[in-house]
Amino acid sequence: MTLSAYLALALILFCIGLYGALTKRNTVIVLICIELMLNAVNINFVAFAKYGAHPGVHGHVFALFAIAIAAAEAAVGLAALIAFYRNRKTVQVDEANSLKH
Amino acid sequence: MSGTDIAFFLLALAAIAGGVTMLQLTNVVHMVIALVMTFLGIAGLYVLLSAEFVAVVQVLIYSGAITIIMLFAIMLTRHHADDKERQTTGGVWHRAVAAISVLAFGLAVYFGIRRLDFGADGSALAADNAREIGKWLYSYYTIPFEIVSVILLVALIGAIVLAKKDGKGAEDK
Repeated sequence: MTLSAYLALALILFCIGLYGALTKRNTVIVLICIELMLNAVNINFVAFAKYGAHPGVHGHVFALFAIAIAAAEAAVGLAALIAFYRNRKTVQVDEANSLKH
Repeated sequence: MSGTDIAFFLLALAAIAGGVTMLQLTNVVHMVIALVMTFLGIAGLYVLLSAEFVAVVQVLIYSGAITIIMLFAIMLTRHHADDKERQTTGGVWHRAVAAISVLAFGLAVYFGIRRLDFGADGSALAADNAREIGKWLYSYYTIPFEIVSVILLVALIGAIVLAKKDGKGAEDK
């Protein structure tokens, strides 16, 4: 397979995640969509590690760092979600409007 | 069409189908399960890209840990069982504008990448990738590696502090 096929697949997954993160109302689903976008970026890293201008394992190392940061982000995001749920008894994004009024 | 092409198309189809199913479903648990299919498809693509170690990490972290933590968050918070409640923010216009913007972004990037080719045939990667990753990780990338461990510790403590009950609320209970 060529490089552009992998990049196009990553682009499609990124667009799916972006659309979900912009429109979904449930905070858990928004977080999952952000994870999907990070995954699409990881595909790019690994694809460039094989088919890029300078092939090597550096792309793999970057993908591993990105996965570690994504795991930390998911843990903190879900802790914030649980704190939000305890205060407002809801997990819908559009009801997190305490700063709005 | 070689076997690699067929495997790529099947795995790409699984990944995209999981994502689209996730957008269409209404039950939150089903959406997470659909995402597992996407994560496993991406892990298969990593194997095709001769990144076996990253593929195993993907299965462990994403299909395992992150999915489970998401399911725990769903179960710890109340989710209305009735699907009549709306799933998306805003109205039709909000969604239409979001869809058009995402589509325009996708098209713009696609025109940038469709002819991209560096001429690499993919044979430059060593067969023992895991050994190479370990060598680089513990020599050239030592400081980022240590910083990631600090970030994980900070995230752990921060998650505990955020999710902990307030002193006042705990006494009321």
